[in-house]
Amino acid sequence: MEYFLQNLINALQWGSFYAVISIGYSMVYGVLMLFNFAHGDIFMVGTYIGFGIATLLLALSSAFLPGWMIFILTVVVTMFLASFVGVFVEYVGYRPLRGAPRASAAITGLMIGIIFETGNLIILGAQRFSFPPLMESVSYNIGGVYFTNVKVLIIVASLVMMLALHTFIQKTKWGMAMRAMSYDFLAVPLMGVSINVIAPLTFAIGAGLASVAGILYGQAYPVLDPYMGILLGWKAFVAAILGGRGSIMGAALAGYLLGFIEIFVAMVFPSTFRDLIAYSIILVILTFRPRGFFGMAHSTRLRL
Amino acid sequence: MDKIKNFFRMFSNIPLAGWLMGSFVAVLMEYYLGDAISYYLYLPKIPVLFGALFILKEPIMIPSVLAYDLIIYALPILLLGKLLAPFANALARMLEKIPLSLATLIYIVAIYGILHLWAGINDYRVLVVKLTMVSIILTISLNIINGYQGEFSCSHPGFMALGAYTSSTLTLLLFTDDKMFGDALLPAALGPWLFPFVLIAGGAVAAIGSLAVAIPSFRTRGDYLAIISLAFMFIVKSAVENMEILGGPRGMSSQPAYATLPVVFAWMALCVWIIHNFTTSIMGKALNAVRDNEAAANSMTVNTRKTKVTAFMFGAFWAGVAGGLFAHVLRYVNPGTFGIQKLAEILAMVYFGGLNSIYGSIVGAVSISVLGEALRPLELWKWIIIPLILILVMIFRPHGLISFTELNVKNIIRPRDKKLSKGVE
Repeated sequence: MEYFLQNLINALQWGSFYAVISIGYSMVYGVLMLFNFAHGDIFMVGTYIGFGIATLLLALSSAFLPGWMIFILTVVVTMFLASFVGVFVEYVGYRPLRGAPRASAAITGLMIGIIFETGNLIILGAQRFSFPPLMESVSYNIGGVYFTNVKVLIIVASLVMMLALHTFIQKTKWGMAMRAMSYDFLAVPLMGVSINVIAPLTFAIGAGLASVAGILYGQAYPVLDPYMGILLGWKAFVAAILGGRGSIMGAALAGYLLGFIEIFVAMVFPSTFRDLIAYSIILVILTFRPRGFFGMAHSTRLRL
Repeated sequence: MDKIKNFFRMFSNIPLAGWLMGSFVAVLMEYYLGDAISYYLYLPKIPVLFGALFILKEPIMIPSVLAYDLIIYALPILLLGKLLAPFANALARMLEKIPLSLATLIYIVAIYGILHLWAGINDYRVLVVKLTMVSIILTISLNIINGYQGEFSCSHPGFMALGAYTSSTLTLLLFTDDKMFGDALLPAALGPWLFPFVLIAGGAVAAIGSLAVAIPSFRTRGDYLAIISLAFMFIVKSAVENMEILGGPRGMSSQPAYATLPVVFAWMALCVWIIHNFTTSIMGKALNAVRDNEAAANSMTVNTRKTKVTAFMFGAFWAGVAGGLFAHVLRYVNPGTFGIQKLAEILAMVYFGGLNSIYGSIVGAVSISVLGEALRPLELWKWIIIPLILILVMIFRPHGLISFTELNVKNIIRPRDKKLSKGVE
């Protein structure tokens, strides 16, 4: 039981990353009906930005700013900067391809991802950086279950971000515009809501969330790697599809589910079987539920 | 601009036969005079890929490399092509009279001869040519699914892995004494003769594996199918990694060297021919119909399920064959090869060259493979330049360079002088 609870916490932590990243995929899908294949690498870039900001802040102001202040400052500044990465990707890779076949946009996304990875290697070299810890790790032990404050922070922060996003999309005018855009791609621009504003906004929010996920990831797994976006990005993409395209809640749930599957598979089988079993389960789910968990059943005729 | 156009118009009366004659002489010249010319131009050795490697390593070599390319390639091909044009046109007209299949065969043999001489200069060229031809098979076979059938399938590296591992296992088991599977079961002399069957077996396994993707495609398409195929690819990779009998993550090595240049070339030619016939057949048209409108196709008596399964199995079969060739060209496979990177590479080739076009696929595969090799000295920058080129192609030609164009052999080999004289009148 304790072993189970221990893994439950690990799975929640691991699933949080997937959930937050896959939301970025899902949001872009909702608005543009396209998957942003560069999102995994936007996450990577966001993590590196976070790493840079955190290192800078720790070097400059650790003397007179308390630890939590540095953490919050890092998150805010990183989100701000990373959102420009998202806007950049939209502007370069997706805007010129609005009228093009969807697969072409997928290819541009993939290629932008490769450029980010290689650019990172060229600029920063092959050395591995290690994310500075923004807080002291404290271990707790409740009834034999060990967990650290970092884990709690990751789980809580992810939930808070998702709730904030949910509120934003459901309650604000901007969110309403985004929802409207995902209902009707043609009529909404006629109502004065420009796709050229909503699409960059969506990319920016997705990138901001991914960068926060990156900071949290850096707290749990400090070693940074230019190819880290591939590992998490593709899995999060799978989660976004599994949740149902365009469904933010579905993406988050599927992200957690994927985390659970991976951790519990590793609990029972040797860890090399993790991908094999996780993907097999996904294959079975999608064979029987081709729209994912919360996929909208509207016409499959594609809008772009 | 007009001058450039006129310059190119000068060569518009050269038929394929003329270009081939010119290339033949160029290749012969390189074969016999290449060493001497490169010595006088202060090049350390014969430039492998038209001197791209020298230029990128030491820019000071640019004049010598350009001079070499001019003397060896440009001058003979253009000059001889122009001079021999009347003769070549007469030859082309003669070849037009005999049956098309025979004429095509003659051309293919001629092309192979030139390629053999060109690649014979050193082993690196042979490897590049072989890998390029394997990429051509892969690209065309993916074009069946992604171009002609209009799905977005990501499972090609998986099919390739199935083919590569099946054929490697068979050749290692049957024809070689190795540590993995023990002594050979059949005499090694039989190996090259049975190699086609080994490849076909690899293709068949890949085709059966493709059912895992094809059957879900009845109910879904687009993004969900993309994920199913992606999951399939990861499953194959992960399964092979976990099979100790197949070498696990270390992979398999020391496959016998059956995939020689003529073998790979023959398979590529066969693949182009069969897939061309397939796509122009009724079934090929049915694929297009299913892509454009599944419901309408269904109502016009197209059996959509059969069409989808055929497309997937056929594409996967050739991917499996390509995988088998790939394994025997490199004589080493490991599961890590068949991952996302391979997928991005194949997708790039298909979408760069153009959807729904065999011609485009050949162009895409050759240009991306050769570009990849030629830019090798740039190391990391190569992975900035190639994606940038692809992004630009996608922005300006969203369907790829040469899309929706059928391979028309008759048009390619026809004599060129008649049309020009008509144009002049």
